[in-house]
Amino acid sequence: MPAVRKTNPALVVGKYAALAFYLIFALFPLYWLLKIGLTPDALIYSEGTRLFPSEITFSNFTTVIFQTDFVAYFRNSLVVSLGAAFFTTLFAAGAGYAFSRFVFAGKRIIIALMLVTQMFPLLMIIAPIYRIVADLGLLNSLTSLIVVYTAFNIPFATFLMQSFFDGIPKDLEDAAMMDGCSRFQALRKVVFPLTLPGLGATLGFVFTAAWSELLFALMLISKNDAMTFPVGLLTFVSKFSVDWGQMMAAGVLALIPSCLFFIFIQRYLVQGLTSGAVKG
Amino acid sequence: MARIELRDVAKRYGSIEVLRDINLEIQDGEFIVLVGPSGCGKSTLLRMVAGLEPISSGDFLIDGERMNDVRPRDRDIAMVFQSYALYPHMDVARNMGFSMEIRKDPVADRKSKVSQAAETLGLTKLMDRLPKALSGGQRQRVAMGRAIIRDPQAFLFDEPLSNLDAALRVEMRLEIARLHQKLSATMIYVTHDQVEALTLADRIVVLNGGDIQQVGSPLELYERPANKFVAQFIGSPTMNVVPVTGTDAGVTAGNGAEIRLPDQLLTAQAKELGVRPEHIDVVDNGTGDLSAMADVVEHLGSDTNIYVNVEGIGSMMVRKHGNIPVKSGERLGLRIQTENAHLFAEDGTALRRVA
Amino acid sequence: MIARTQKTVRPGGTRARRSLYLQYMVEPFFYLSPAIILSGAVIMVPLIIGISYSFQSIELLKPFASGWIGFENYVDLWSDRKFWIAVENTAFWTFWSITFQFLLGLGLAMLLNTQFFGKKLFQALVFLPWAVPTFLSALTWAWLFNPVIGPLPHWLAALGILSEPYNILGDPKLAMWGPITANIWFGVPFFAITLLAALQSIPGELYEAAEVDGATPWQTFTKITLPFLAPMIAITVMLRTIWIANFADLIYVMTGGGPANSTQILSTYIFTTAFSKLDFGYASTIAVALLVILLIYAVILLWLRKKLVKI
Repeated sequence: MPAVRKTNPALVVGKYAALAFYLIFALFPLYWLLKIGLTPDALIYSEGTRLFPSEITFSNFTTVIFQTDFVAYFRNSLVVSLGAAFFTTLFAAGAGYAFSRFVFAGKRIIIALMLVTQMFPLLMIIAPIYRIVADLGLLNSLTSLIVVYTAFNIPFATFLMQSFFDGIPKDLEDAAMMDGCSRFQALRKVVFPLTLPGLGATLGFVFTAAWSELLFALMLISKNDAMTFPVGLLTFVSKFSVDWGQMMAAGVLALIPSCLFFIFIQRYLVQGLTSGAVKG
Repeated sequence: MARIELRDVAKRYGSIEVLRDINLEIQDGEFIVLVGPSGCGKSTLLRMVAGLEPISSGDFLIDGERMNDVRPRDRDIAMVFQSYALYPHMDVARNMGFSMEIRKDPVADRKSKVSQAAETLGLTKLMDRLPKALSGGQRQRVAMGRAIIRDPQAFLFDEPLSNLDAALRVEMRLEIARLHQKLSATMIYVTHDQVEALTLADRIVVLNGGDIQQVGSPLELYERPANKFVAQFIGSPTMNVVPVTGTDAGVTAGNGAEIRLPDQLLTAQAKELGVRPEHIDVVDNGTGDLSAMADVVEHLGSDTNIYVNVEGIGSMMVRKHGNIPVKSGERLGLRIQTENAHLFAEDGTALRRVA
Repeated sequence: MIARTQKTVRPGGTRARRSLYLQYMVEPFFYLSPAIILSGAVIMVPLIIGISYSFQSIELLKPFASGWIGFENYVDLWSDRKFWIAVENTAFWTFWSITFQFLLGLGLAMLLNTQFFGKKLFQALVFLPWAVPTFLSALTWAWLFNPVIGPLPHWLAALGILSEPYNILGDPKLAMWGPITANIWFGVPFFAITLLAALQSIPGELYEAAEVDGATPWQTFTKITLPFLAPMIAITVMLRTIWIANFADLIYVMTGGGPANSTQILSTYIFTTAFSKLDFGYASTIAVALLVILLIYAVILLWLRKKLVKI
C-alpha cells in the first residue's frame, strides 16, 4: 500500500480501536478460561461474572494434574498427534515432491481425487471405518487413530508441501545430480535443508488438527485409559458437570501444546501460502 | 577422449515430437554451440546429453560407447546452468567442492583443488560467502568453478550469460573462450544469441522447431547458409529477403527491376532473393539495381544504418562503414553486391550450385 | 594440447543397465505411493463401502435385521421430518457463519496489510483461535453463554439485547447463535490469513497508479482490491462453506443438536445416528444426501465463477 502523506488522527484512532476490538475478541474467551481455572471453588458461583477473581488459586490445576486421568489423556493425545504429524509430513513430502517435480500419467486424476476427499463429509466414512477397525480388533488402540488421522491429513499436507517445493528451483537437484548425487541424495543434501520451514509448517498444522479431533476418537475409543484429550474432557464434562474450576484448568492445559506449535509456525503458513498463491 | 555422437536421436513428450533426426558428431576438444529461437529444442538436447532427460529414440555415444541409459552422475560431464543453481545454504567453497564431497575425496585434496580453481577465477576473497551475497557475475564464476573442479571430459553450458547485463556478458564471454583455450575440453554451449555463437564456436548447430537446420563453422553459416532460416538467424542486422521471380540470367524483383546474378546461384526455382545489409552499396539516385527512398537513418559513428523503402518491393536495410551523409526522405540508388547474394526456393532451401 | 589426466573412474560402468527412460517414468511413483496407498485404503475404500451401507440395513443393536434393502433408507429419509429440519439448519448455520467470518476476516486482513506498532505480536495472538482445539472452543463458549458461570447473558441483558440473562443455548429460537458465534471466533483467522496472503500479492504499483489517477479510497477498494481478491475469495468461500457444512464438532459439544433439534445440522444428525443409535445404514444414507447437496453446491459455484471472474 502506498505511504500515507498526512495521517488523519481520526483514522488512526479508528484503526487502533479496530485492532483492539479484534484482539479482545480473539483473546477474551481464552482469558475467561484461565480466569475460572484460577478461581477457587468457593468463589466460582458468586464471582461468576466478575472480570477479575478476588483470589487466585492453583489448586484446580494441581487437582487435575495429580488426581485425575488427565495426564493419561494428555499423553495419549501427544502420542497420537506426534505420530500423525510425523507420518503425514513424511508421506505428504514425498507426494508433494512428486507433484512439484514430475510430469506423469494420471497426475491430474490423482490431484483431482485428493481435492475431492477434502470436500466430502468425513463423517460419511465413520460407519465403515468403525466396522473395519472393529473387525481388525483395533478398537481402543492409538494406532488406529494415528493411521486414520494420517490418511485424513495427507491431501491438504500434500498441497502445502507442494507449494513449498515449488518455491525451490528445480535446477538445484539437477546440479546436484550432475555433481554426482542420485536423486535421493540430492533431496537429502540439497533440497531438504531448504524445506525445513515447509516441513515445520506441515508438522505444526497436522499436529494441531490431530490434537483437536473429536468425533472419530469418540467413535473408536471407549476405554478410559486409551482416550485422547478431547474425548476424555468431554466424558468428564458430561459425567461430572459441576466442577467448573477443574474443567477449565484442564482446558487451559489442553491449549498449551497446540497454541505453542501454532504461534511458531503461523509465520511460515502465510509465507508458504503466499508463494504458492503467486504461482497459482 | 571425449568424442560425442548423436545418431538419429529424437525426443517425444507423449505424442508431441520436440526433437527429430538429430545427427551430430562432436570431436574431442571442440566448442559446439547449439543456437536457435526459444522452443527449438536446444536446451532439451543439452539436457539429454547431460542425462537429465531420457532419450526417446536413437543412440547417444561417448567414445563409441552407448550412454543412453547411464545416469547423469556417471557420465563425467559437468553443467553450468542458466540460473547458476548454486546451493543457497552452502558457501562458495563448499559449493565448488560439492562434487568431491559426494565422492568422499580426502579433505586436503578438496581444499587444494578448490583454492586453485578459485584463484583462476578470481574468487579467493569470496570463499566463505553465501550465494545470496554475490553479484550475478560472481555467481556465474562460482558455477563455472564448480564445473571446472569436476575435471570432466565435457562441459555443458545452458545459456549461462542470459541473466547478465550487456557489459558483463562480453567480459564473461571472453572468460569462457579463454577457459576453452586453457583446458582444451569438449564444450557444448546453448544460447539464443547468435553473437555468442559466432564468437565462441568452432562449429555451430542451428536448430529450429526440433530439426537441425545446418551445422558448420561460423564463417560457413554466414557465407553459405543452407536455407532462409539460417540466413536470417545468423548475422546482425538481419539479411534482407525480398520476393523475386527467376529469369535466365538472374531475377526480376517485385518492382520490375532486373538483377543479374553469378552462375553459382540457380535461378530456375528462385522465389526470394537474400542480401545482407552490409552487402548493399549506396550509389547515386538513378543508378544501381534499385531506386529507394531513405526512411530512418541512424548515425552510429562507426557505421550508418539506412532504412529504405523501395516501391514495389517494400522496406530494406542498408549498413555501411563510416558516416554516409544521407538524410531521411532522400532518394538513393542501391547496388547489390551480387557475389554476396543468396537465392531461396519456395521451401526456403538455398539455391546454390555445389562447386 | 594439455595432456588429460588419466581417470580412475571410467564413465559408463557395467554393460547391463536398466533403461533410463523407464527409470525416469517410474521414479515419481516411488515418492507418491505411500501417500496414495494410505489415503486410498483409508478414505476411498471406506467411502465406497459407506455408500453401499446406505442401501443396506445395518443396525448394530438389531443384528438380525441386516441385509440389502435397496432404496428403503432413502424413502425413509424423504419423509423424515428431522432430516428436513437438519437441512434448513445446515443452511442457516452455514450462511451466517460464512458471512460473519468472511467480513471480519477481510477487515482483519486489511488491517494486517498496513503497518502499526506491535504488529508481529498482534498477528501471532490474533490468529490464536484457529489453534484452539474445536472441542475446547465449544466448551469455552458454552460456558461463556451459561448464565450461571458465564458473563455473556448478563452483558447481553445489560445491553438490552436480551430481556433477562438466561440460557441462550436452551432456547430453541436462539440456540443456533451460540455455535455460530463460536464458529466465527474460530474461523476469522483462516480468512484473515488467506486474504492477507492474497492482499500482499497485489502489486503496489496498481495502488500508485490509482492514486495518480485520482481514485478515492472506496474506489480503490472496489475497483482494484476486490477484483484481485476475487479468485482467492471464491476459492476460500467455497472451501470454507463445505467445511462448515460438514462441521459437527462445535454443535455436538455445545448443544448436542438440541434443544428439540433446533441446532441439529446434517453432520450432527449423521453422527448421532451412527454413534448413539448405532444405525449405520441410515447414517450413511443421510451422509450420501449431504454429499449430493454439497456436490450440487460446488457445481453451481464453479459455474458462477466461470461467468463472473474476469482475471
